[in-house]
Amino acid sequence: MHTEFLMGNEAIAMGAIAAGVNLISGYPGTPSTEVLETVAKKRTNDCYVEWSVNEKVAMEVAAGAAYAGARVMVTMKQVGLNVAADPLMSLEYIGVKGGMVILVADDPGPISSQTEQDTRQFSIFSKLPCFDPVSAQEAYEMVQEAFDYSEKYHTPVFLRPTTRVCHGYASIEIKDENEYRKIAPEGFVKDSKRWVIFPRLSYSNHKKIEERNVKLAEDFSEYGKNKIFPAKGKQEGSRRGIATGGISFTYTMEAMGCENMLKLFKVATPHPFPEKAALRFLEGLDEVLCIEELDPVIERALTYIAGKYQLPVKIYGKLTHHVANAGENTIDSVMASIKAFVGETEEAIVKELDSAAMDSADLPPELPVRPPVLCAGCPHRASFYAVKQAMKGKKTIFCGDIGCYTLGNAMPLDMVDTCLCMGAGLGIAQGVGHIEKDTACFAFVGDSTFFASAIPSVINAVYNQADMTLIILDNSTTAMTGHQPHPGTGHTMMGEIVAKIDIVSVLKGIGLTTVETVNPFEYSQAVETVKRVADESGVKAIIFKAPCIAIVKASGCMHINTEKCINCRKCIKEIGCPALFIENGKVAIDESLCTGCTLCSQLCPVQAIEGGKAEGGQSHE
Amino acid sequence: MNKNIVLCGVGGQGTVLASKLIAAAAMEKGIPVMSAETIGMAQRGGSVFSHLRMGENVYSPMIAQNTADIILGFEPGETVRMLPYLKRNGTVVVSSRAIMPVTSSLTDSCYNGESMIEYIKRNVDNTIVIDTDKACEELGSSKVLNVLLLGAAVSTGVIGLSKEDIRNALMKRLPEKLLDLNFKALDYVELHR
Repeated sequence: MHTEFLMGNEAIAMGAIAAGVNLISGYPGTPSTEVLETVAKKRTNDCYVEWSVNEKVAMEVAAGAAYAGARVMVTMKQVGLNVAADPLMSLEYIGVKGGMVILVADDPGPISSQTEQDTRQFSIFSKLPCFDPVSAQEAYEMVQEAFDYSEKYHTPVFLRPTTRVCHGYASIEIKDENEYRKIAPEGFVKDSKRWVIFPRLSYSNHKKIEERNVKLAEDFSEYGKNKIFPAKGKQEGSRRGIATGGISFTYTMEAMGCENMLKLFKVATPHPFPEKAALRFLEGLDEVLCIEELDPVIERALTYIAGKYQLPVKIYGKLTHHVANAGENTIDSVMASIKAFVGETEEAIVKELDSAAMDSADLPPELPVRPPVLCAGCPHRASFYAVKQAMKGKKTIFCGDIGCYTLGNAMPLDMVDTCLCMGAGLGIAQGVGHIEKDTACFAFVGDSTFFASAIPSVINAVYNQADMTLIILDNSTTAMTGHQPHPGTGHTMMGEIVAKIDIVSVLKGIGLTTVETVNPFEYSQAVETVKRVADESGVKAIIFKAPCIAIVKASGCMHINTEKCINCRKCIKEIGCPALFIENGKVAIDESLCTGCTLCSQLCPVQAIEGGKAEGGQSHE
Repeated sequence: MNKNIVLCGVGGQGTVLASKLIAAAAMEKGIPVMSAETIGMAQRGGSVFSHLRMGENVYSPMIAQNTADIILGFEPGETVRMLPYLKRNGTVVVSSRAIMPVTSSLTDSCYNGESMIEYIKRNVDNTIVIDTDKACEELGSSKVLNVLLLGAAVSTGVIGLSKEDIRNALMKRLPEKLLDLNFKALDYVELHR
């Protein structure tokens, strides 16, 4: 064993490696991405790693390898599980041979997501066991135990960390390489009664699953990480208790301190719920506060158990408005909840935490608002601006999608009218078009999202005679999640150079006749292309092709010729580039941010912005 | 001896590296460390922070309000945003350089860094304001802002680590050609007070 400073996601990856994982697949999504990336970087055996095209495929690839007896992990964020729900819900009935851990990262807040859904609920829905780590250290150990449970019960299991566990760092104890498990998969053994799902098989397996989950609940009641902490100090003998799990456990420990703790139940396996352990916890208690994020899963389970055994105990939490029912918990919010639960006078929380250091009467000056913005030099800005200018004065809808380009919604671009989920923009544009015949319908989709979930929607549009313009923002990477490769990039997570899948050929193969590719930084040409293509009827596409600024070297820097500049500020007001700012009442360029993309110089009415020796036809000198 | 440290600024300023350097230096001395930071969308020019915790019996990587021993502020407004985390008699080390959000250029509303610095000084006795523009110009690089502030923070003694500890951490993380510049940045504030 040795100590390393690891991010929670890195700890999960190192745990999977120590458990001898043979295959890991996934689709990038904050806060889950670093798990797969770390396995790719640190794997010591011949573990196979891939970024799959989407979560559904990732789930199926992992299932196949588990059928063949391999230890597998599949990674995604919570909304990714919606995409993978179809194979998941059937896999539940089939089960696995090799251990299978489904790593789904939830995002209370939400901080980088479109929903606050709770994967613990998905685990109840799919009847699969769920492990919920409180810290990086626990996640490291838990992933290894999760593999063992998976193999013991021949079922996939969930490991469900949340953002603060995924992205928190800690110095943790991990195994040395010689302590790693080595797994030699047996291979797939033909047995159609086991691997081919039929109604009869589902019926008989459903009965087995229900019986298994009763056994699992008993097994989990003895699982060391489902832990009851006795009341301590001034709270000894108190008839109040706290039930918690995940990161909220750590907030609760910080808020109560170690000296005067209420009796506490840490729930590590929210499903199947460790009922016997819960009964031991509830014994002697009159009131219990449940502190958890997202849905009231622990609260509902305890309420059910209290009813089932007719216990004289009241269960409080989100359902009773003792804990906020949306957003993240914090140490401070947990402290407030505990104070309200026990009453102000009781010493259930640490005193120092509760005394304000700042003079509350002295209100701070108005703070700057900093919404995230497209980077300086981002090709998406140029693409959005070209479409905006080309369609000025026309009736339009701009359907956005998931990725950096969602940020095109910010002023002054204001170019995202809708955004729902991965790939949805295309369907929405079609739907609006069927109802509003006079509206020019646009769908914007990134290259990675195109491969992940847009292709069936393009086929749908062509087949069903939709009238829309598809804009593909091809920056040659998966930018928002940290530049992962995808089928269009020509390389894989195994480090292989492979043939790029060509978006133009895909679209032509589907039957589009107009597919134009244009460099968004060639401003006039880009505007002309949009005008021409949007005028055609049917389904047509424009590919705006220019690499993400984070994967290529900046080509130079623009500067303002102060003699020519008339300070009209058109550059600032039109495109909102973070490199352009006002200094002493005049427009200036932040040289540390500017990439020399030349977009601002092409808009300047008096040619006062100079420089930017760009390669690849970006120069306008 | 437990320490809670907040680092804050605007995405891209190098708060994460500074936080990693402190963590590495502490771990080298056998002190357990935990940290939490902003990852994802906000990194694109938004407000970012790191919470860093050193010592035994720490559960959460996030800290509670009123408990930070020190705030390393890379930007005045962001520092004010984090002040509720500072404990009574806590220390603030802050760069005087304000970064205008894109929104302020659009609306012509001028966010004023000086009023932020005034507010911090009025409320926190142990405030060290650093003219980082001048320092970076003298050092010949704007990329050492994080090590510059870190040097100032370490010099206060509040963090419980020495500059030697940080120098060792720098040697392990940075290529040799960058070391000289970073060592100069680390010492800069102490030499110019």
